[in-house]
Amino acid sequence: MTTAQALSPRAARRAARQESTAAFIATLTPPQGPAWAAPLRKAALERLADLTLPDRRDEYWGYTNPDRLIAADIRPAEVFKITDEPPMYQGIDRLKLVFVDGVFSAADSDALEGDGIEISRLADSGDIHWAKDLYGTLEAKGQKPVARPLGALNSALATDGVLIRVTGKVSRPVSLIYRRGSEDAAVVLHHVIRMEPGSELTLLENGPVAARANMCLEADVADGAALHHVRTMGRDHERKGVTHVFARLGAKSLFKSFSLSMNGRLMRNEAQVWLEGEGGVAHVAGAALGDGTFHHDDTVFITHSAPGCESRQVFKKVLRDGAVGVFQGKILVEQPAQLTDGYQLSQSLLLDEKCQFLAKPELEIYADDVKCSHGSTSGEISPDHLFYLRARGVPEEEAKLLLVLAFLAETLDEIDSEDIANDMRLRLRRWLERHAH
Amino acid sequence: MLEINNLHVKLEDEDKQILKGLSLTVEAGKVHAIMGPNGSGKSTLSYVLAGRDGYEVTDGSATLDGDSLLDMEPEERAAHGLFLAFQYPVEIPGVGNMTFLRTAVNAQRKARGEEELSSGDFLKVVRAKAKELKIDAEMLKRPVNVGFSGGEKKRNEILQMAMLEPRMCILDETDSGLDVDAMKLVAEGVNALRSEGRAFLVITHYQRLLDHIKPDVVHIMANGRIVKTGGPELALEVENNGYADILAEVNAGVNA
Repeated sequence: MTTAQALSPRAARRAARQESTAAFIATLTPPQGPAWAAPLRKAALERLADLTLPDRRDEYWGYTNPDRLIAADIRPAEVFKITDEPPMYQGIDRLKLVFVDGVFSAADSDALEGDGIEISRLADSGDIHWAKDLYGTLEAKGQKPVARPLGALNSALATDGVLIRVTGKVSRPVSLIYRRGSEDAAVVLHHVIRMEPGSELTLLENGPVAARANMCLEADVADGAALHHVRTMGRDHERKGVTHVFARLGAKSLFKSFSLSMNGRLMRNEAQVWLEGEGGVAHVAGAALGDGTFHHDDTVFITHSAPGCESRQVFKKVLRDGAVGVFQGKILVEQPAQLTDGYQLSQSLLLDEKCQFLAKPELEIYADDVKCSHGSTSGEISPDHLFYLRARGVPEEEAKLLLVLAFLAETLDEIDSEDIANDMRLRLRRWLERHAH
Repeated sequence: MLEINNLHVKLEDEDKQILKGLSLTVEAGKVHAIMGPNGSGKSTLSYVLAGRDGYEVTDGSATLDGDSLLDMEPEERAAHGLFLAFQYPVEIPGVGNMTFLRTAVNAQRKARGEEELSSGDFLKVVRAKAKELKIDAEMLKRPVNVGFSGGEKKRNEILQMAMLEPRMCILDETDSGLDVDAMKLVAEGVNALRSEGRAFLVITHYQRLLDHIKPDVVHIMANGRIVKTGGPELALEVENNGYADILAEVNAGVNA
């Protein structure tokens, strides 16, 4: 005399989400890729089926609507031709790797080689590759304690990317350049970086990628290695995208990541960093500037698992005319991670009253001898500062520009290379000049 | 040079009159001092002349060499040669002192149709002037006033004055928060700038600053007006007897 038991509301919701996720997965066409990646992609799809697609009710999707990052139809975004400022990183010697609409362009790129570095393309990396131990591994690890289903989706669907193994101190940065041709392409790229012990690399990413982009970077930074990551996303107004950075750090290693985001309709930048060896240092920073329909979300988790590590999160947003900025950041200090030095700062400068800044700073600490600080503020340009500058003869617009740049300065301090930081300063200044009232 | 005539000023947001018919003329080459009890409107006068928001001029005029200051933006007043040394210079994190100075100097030059200083020339001048004020290279590199002591902030004000070479300098309680040595240093900086074509209006509570910056004329301000004007001896009288006697005398005159 058994009857089907009614599901609890919670279980019913989960069943409904699993069903709609399964239906979504059924519409996907996983790309043909290297043989070694096939089982990893399959596993990623299974993860996605279990995690289910993100939903506004999920704890970390409350401020940002994921729908347009998933929807079957891709809304076009005009390809923005930059004619009023010099190309990025002019004069910086670097290994250029160009993707057009997410497809690697050998004709536009330098040869995939360099001293102390092995590079291959994900799409043609052969049947056997070292990356099989890493691809999707950190993404999978990063699904706990917070689900990142769009990261799993990326591992399943990525059509291309670079696989970089760094064995020495590489002085010439690797520069990934994302160009657009198509107005309505959706692009999924996945990069894997293995930093061998003591190695060093600067990885630059720049360009708008696509009308809709899903980007993933997995970095395994071994003991004593240093990875510098600087990313900009172009100026295309309607573009949407989600990015994930997963980085695992060994003892006395360093990972620094800086992102500059301007314009764009919807951007979600997630980072999950694990400090797993004693004395590791992780800095994740970002500057975001936008107006109107701009919606930019930084969601950053740093997990301290080993003692004596340092982490910094420094995120600043300049918002105008209805733009929305989101920051969700967490420092998780596990019990063994004594003598942790954690710092988290999220600030926004609202240039008028129509903008919104939504912040969720979190500290979760299980060790008893740690130093952790965090601060989150939202405000306008200080009238006292403005008057002081004007009283010295600096015209109002120039004074405002100086003060906005001053507000953002702390994020740029997170870039070690002065040449690269100066290039960012130029972009920021030009954006502010274009958007002066 | 500076002519203030029957100036009436109230707070913008409140129905509170602060300056009630203030008149004052400062001639080129002269140092005038304004002394007065708390709340007499001394700082308001300096802010209104410099163009700070929050005040409403309801009557009267203020001109610099015949041009009406009150119609100008703060930056235009500065380019016209007006300088206010603040009582409380603000700290501006993220703006380098050097960048700030160069931006200000060149903005003023540009506004006056003069050529901007090259960074080499600017550096030479700023280093020389900073040295005279005992401002070291480290202070020039730091963000504006951030982490400066009270004395360093005031010296930084005088450095800005020296770099901008204004014709009309207003010093708002520049002696506040300074020890004797710091005050001497600041006063030396000011005295070095005294010249035929430049005038000073020194606002202070105390006579002691005037031992170092010798005024030609001393005004006593009370209740939003200049109530008495005299020579340097007037400052000594205040020092010895306080404001009460002078105010009583003025009131007696009014009521007689």
